[in-house]
Amino acid sequence: MTRLIARRMLQLLPTLFILSVIIFLLQRLLPGDPALALAGDDQDPRVIAEIRRQWNLDLPLPVQYGYWIADVLRGDLGQSMRLNTPVADLIVQKLPATLQLAVMALLISLAIGVTAGVISAVRKGTIVDYVANVVALAGISVPNFWLGIMLILLFSIHLGWLPASGFVPITEDWRTSLATSILPAFVLGSHFAGVLMRHTRSAMLEAIESDYVRTARAKGLGEGRVVLRHAMRNALTPIITLGALEFGSLLSGAVLTEQIFSIPGFGKLIVDAVFNRDYAVVQGVVLVTATIYVLMSLLADIGYILANPRLRG
Amino acid sequence: MRSRLLALLLATACMALPAAAQTQSEIRIGLGDDPGSLDPATNASFVGRIVLQSACDKLVDIDVDGNIVPMLATSWDWAADGKSVTMKLREGVVYHDDTPFDAESAKGNLERYLTMQGSRRRPEIEAIEKVEAIGKDTIKISLKEPSVALLALFTDRAGMMVSLAAFEKAGVQAFANRPICAGPYRVADFKPQQSVTLERFPKHWRASAYSFDRVTFEPFPDSNVRLLNLRSGRLDLIEQVAPTSLASVEADPNLRITVGQQPAFTMIQFNLTAPRASEAFAKHPEVRQAFSLAIDRTALNQVVFSGRYVPGHQPFPPGNFWFDETSPAPQPRDVARARALLRQVGVPNPTLELLISTNSEHMEVAQVVQQMVAEAGFRMEIRTMEFIAMRNAALQGNFQAYMVPSAGRVDPDLNISLFIACGVANNVGKYCSQELDGLLAQGRAVADRNARKPIYQKAVQTIQRDAPIIFLFNQRSAFGHKAVVQGFKGFPDGIVRLEGVTKVAGR
Repeated sequence: MTRLIARRMLQLLPTLFILSVIIFLLQRLLPGDPALALAGDDQDPRVIAEIRRQWNLDLPLPVQYGYWIADVLRGDLGQSMRLNTPVADLIVQKLPATLQLAVMALLISLAIGVTAGVISAVRKGTIVDYVANVVALAGISVPNFWLGIMLILLFSIHLGWLPASGFVPITEDWRTSLATSILPAFVLGSHFAGVLMRHTRSAMLEAIESDYVRTARAKGLGEGRVVLRHAMRNALTPIITLGALEFGSLLSGAVLTEQIFSIPGFGKLIVDAVFNRDYAVVQGVVLVTATIYVLMSLLADIGYILANPRLRG
Repeated sequence: MRSRLLALLLATACMALPAAAQTQSEIRIGLGDDPGSLDPATNASFVGRIVLQSACDKLVDIDVDGNIVPMLATSWDWAADGKSVTMKLREGVVYHDDTPFDAESAKGNLERYLTMQGSRRRPEIEAIEKVEAIGKDTIKISLKEPSVALLALFTDRAGMMVSLAAFEKAGVQAFANRPICAGPYRVADFKPQQSVTLERFPKHWRASAYSFDRVTFEPFPDSNVRLLNLRSGRLDLIEQVAPTSLASVEADPNLRITVGQQPAFTMIQFNLTAPRASEAFAKHPEVRQAFSLAIDRTALNQVVFSGRYVPGHQPFPPGNFWFDETSPAPQPRDVARARALLRQVGVPNPTLELLISTNSEHMEVAQVVQQMVAEAGFRMEIRTMEFIAMRNAALQGNFQAYMVPSAGRVDPDLNISLFIACGVANNVGKYCSQELDGLLAQGRAVADRNARKPIYQKAVQTIQRDAPIIFLFNQRSAFGHKAVVQGFKGFPDGIVRLEGVTKVAGR
């Protein structure tokens, strides 16, 4: 087990190197550069040239990459040209908000998706099943942006129960933190809840119809025990993978939700950075997100092994 | 399960209520974007100007009618040839770090703008040849050539004075997050992309005119979300209410709209140089005039902006001092004349590609224009690009026509010469007219407003005749605020000024 994890960790290194090159090159394919964004309305060519010189943007690309990657290896992700702040500081400031949002969204979607999926499978063909399917389809299809605005209208303006936007870290004031993040977490998790419900339903249906479940029933076990201990445990394997991979998507998918609820997280950071060609920020944020993504898929593999003893050999 | 979820939701709702409470002496302002650098030397955003207005006093300011009024300079005298101005400075002013503001400091500030690497102010004030401190409270600014427009620039960031000692101590990066100026509020906290918090500066020379102890600015790039936060009570005042939302805000008894009267405009610049230019447009001013004549500006304003903007075709809206009343506003649509002009130059169906940003309003404007000009025979295509990419294409001359808004400046010269004078950076269409440049130079040398006005009327008429740029409409900045916020006024530069603004207690 330890050797397996060590081997997988080593495999991460070339993946991350290739990622770093792609991240570096991709945004330089976009027309325009940070100097244009920083120069403002009066785009004086001398000011633009000065900004390029100041940030080494006038050097050949391989040299720029060399400077960046050397700094990254020393633990320095560079400096945001627009926000005048080290990228590492920005990540430390913004990551907790996005992580909290993603974890809450994951928990909400697991609670709704898995529960609805199991009930729907057990009550297959009934009105409960149909309703669950329609709600899941709505969760997948309704755009986050629309759902977010509708929820703000209902809970913040009409009912006045929850704040319309903003974010308070859970470490600062957990009650206000919950109040500010429950709506965005629900919006962010709604899509995945729908996906999870459908996956759980089909995995459970397959499990329920399998021989070992029939055997369990034949042994006289109660239905609850059969569903939860026998069928669900087997159905969980693909759901763990999905959950782990989706966590990465929740991190990157928070972009729109963070914009709607004005949450100062990763999503807002990267959208603004891309639109302003703030290269160091885009590179730093994408590198960190990609690393988390890769680590999550490693965790999924480990989760697989723990959930399914046949894979341990 | 359901009842538990409901209970949880109710519980979180109750917890949230105390967070919404605000102290009486705080005002929360929603901005359309991040302010960016807060150093006046390197700031390049419009919303940055809104934050800096409360933190950094300027040499001069404008009043609600657009007249230049004293601020840190109490009076000024132009030399008869317009080549120098002598300014008397206010005494007893201190910066937020308690260092005094005086003539040496003002001189040092202007020199910093002229010499600092990456200064965005240098192109604006490079007409300055030298600055001299005469005694403790007077400076003399000598210019390379006459430019009375300089004073208008001092109502913006180029006139903002900062503590040079604090700048030296903090360094460029740190100072950009926490500038030390001489405004009624000092920057207490700046969380990039989250908020800027200002605190009252009790030693300000007019501290009693400002009623709030704290001012918080928060960026909300989406106009719907910004408005929702005003409606929910989280914000007290927001900028840039979308024209289509104005009616619903006006119908809300708890909210008010205040409209700024700034000389903003949106224009189409034509590329007049090969190889990317549309040949017909580059070669024939008649084609460009026909294009302008084919647009029904009143209908455009009704369809896209619910009639909330001004359908002008000058760089100043009707009612502005510099507006040329001799030219009808808006220019009447005349498709028959447009067709006749096209036939006259032998190009009945000119083609044009209009470059616009991915802003939804601009896309609507472009589509309406496309339909209108098609009736006169134009075949127009729309090319949308994300903002920076569009700027890049425009600066490289990789466009045929380019639609761009300008927030407008108080001085007429800056509304024209920055876009269209020979060789200036933003003149991406490369139009160059000695006649227009002559008029602009003449206008810059005259200090008296009434004597200047006919010169700019001629300049606008020259632009309308040659049509290297056509103006589509004059946008207006609408601020939404709670009814309890009183004394708020719309200024001609679209900037939020908090002097005299209060929140009525007990409501």
